[in-house]
Amino acid sequence: MAITLSGDHAIPSPPLSARLTTPQIWGVLLLAPYLLVFLAFVVYPVSYGLWLARHPASYVALWHDPIFARAAVNTLIFLLVGINIKMAIALFLSGFFAQQRTWIKWLSVLFILPWAVPSIPTILSVRFMLNPEWGVINQLIFKFTAEDGPNWLNDPTVALGMAIGVHIWKSLPFWTLILLTGRLAISHDLYEAAEVDGASWSQKFRYITWPSMQTLYITCTLLSMIWTLGDFNSVYLLTGGGPADLTHVLATLGIRYLRLDQLSLAMASIVCALPFVLPLVYFMMKRLSR
Amino acid sequence: MKLPSLKEIGNEAKLLLIGIPVLIWTMVPIYHMFLFAISPKEDAFSGKLWPAHPTLNNFKIVFYQEHYFLRDFWIQFFNSVVIALSAGALTLVIATAAAFSISRLRVPGGRWVMNLALLTYFIPAAFLAVPMYRTMGNYGLLNNHWSLILAMVTIASPYAIWVLKQASDKLPVELDEAATMDGATTLQLFRLVYVPLMMPSLVAIGTYAILLAWNEYLYAFLLLSKDTEITLPVALGNFLAADDSPWELLMTTGFIYALPPAAIYYAFKRYMVGGLTAGAVKS
Repeated sequence: MAITLSGDHAIPSPPLSARLTTPQIWGVLLLAPYLLVFLAFVVYPVSYGLWLARHPASYVALWHDPIFARAAVNTLIFLLVGINIKMAIALFLSGFFAQQRTWIKWLSVLFILPWAVPSIPTILSVRFMLNPEWGVINQLIFKFTAEDGPNWLNDPTVALGMAIGVHIWKSLPFWTLILLTGRLAISHDLYEAAEVDGASWSQKFRYITWPSMQTLYITCTLLSMIWTLGDFNSVYLLTGGGPADLTHVLATLGIRYLRLDQLSLAMASIVCALPFVLPLVYFMMKRLSR
Repeated sequence: MKLPSLKEIGNEAKLLLIGIPVLIWTMVPIYHMFLFAISPKEDAFSGKLWPAHPTLNNFKIVFYQEHYFLRDFWIQFFNSVVIALSAGALTLVIATAAAFSISRLRVPGGRWVMNLALLTYFIPAAFLAVPMYRTMGNYGLLNNHWSLILAMVTIASPYAIWVLKQASDKLPVELDEAATMDGATTLQLFRLVYVPLMMPSLVAIGTYAILLAWNEYLYAFLLLSKDTEITLPVALGNFLAADDSPWELLMTTGFIYALPPAAIYYAFKRYMVGGLTAGAVKS
């Protein structure tokens, strides 16, 4: 278990009533509101959901639903390709934003915007830019080549790529900021010493930056994977799961079944993601509850 | 004046080579939205970088609700405000009490609750949405603002408790001891010592919860459906269902909807960035 408890049962403890002091009673009372929220909106829904997903028939049905197989593959592509590209760019840009320049400071203020503004208007804006007839991208293509541009959201592979792009656009600033914090914590003396020794840019990265940031980078990647599994907006608002339900990920698929009133399928599709989620959660709990 | 050396010019050029694409990448969807908002309908589709006749007419149409898609704009705007503020306030109360209890009063089992809360923080949002939708139905809360407020409190609290606990662990124990010696009761300790000292973290967490609730789409879309009950993002999503969506009005409404969080973010940037980056990942 990730939850570390100092389970020291060697000394028998006095009865509860004797141990509870006034501050402790207050402690219980002050903790109670959160416990109530937790019981009512986490424990009950999750257990009820798992109970709904108990029939093996749901999993058989899922297995035979081609949309599910496609959604599972899409989710894997999203996680393995999308997240790694995003984190690599974030690592690179954290180095860029660490440079001391006034204009870079100003740029960093703007750079946060995608993360600070809500997803829906900006994703819809991208969706409209990609519109084959009216969108600005195809208009520019037509202007310069006198040919019609591609129908971006009509080909499932391209559409999924665009959804990954939207996801990167939205969450890149946050991870860049986190990695920047990590990078600024590295002692400057190390770089100065390396410079005296004539180290190249890549050597400095390989021997100083990467070793100091490796753990943070891996933690961020895993945390980002957990959150991306729950990212409904990037896919739903851009493609709506289409064309022909081929760009669904598990997050949108669960909601799709829910909207079709197939609750046990919705829960089963989420339960299928647990083998991915649990190891990630285990690792995160271990790191954060230290 | 010292002229820059060739190497310095080269470095600057390399940085610009990164900086310019970063600026374009960041701003294009946002600028595109803004451009639509200030363009008359016939200009919007011209593919120009600046409209020939910029206008605020779209804003007027939205504010006066002059389009059938927008007939409930102000109610929906108000719904968003009420839900965000309620979720923010409720999260603050619940999380502050819990953090005080766990960190300062060291209530038995507090660490357990903390770990359970943290576990919730790692449940992907869309995954919890499915059973929570059904649960809200069982509680009879569907289509009621409370369903969304409580869902947002559930999602915001774990992180809030965690950040507040990290911050309150840093307050010296001597403060509590001194106050207790002076005869302060537990509640006085909470009110007069703890809350004032935690102010910066409370501002950060309150802002976080308000923005989370204001920006939420998925839960709002699932839990609320009546035109006069929904929040702005759901109303924006409903534009999509129609074939003849007035895109310039959609973008204008989106721009209006995106302004408050951006403004709040920049106003509280000092608190937010410190609080969030310190809290999000402990390296």
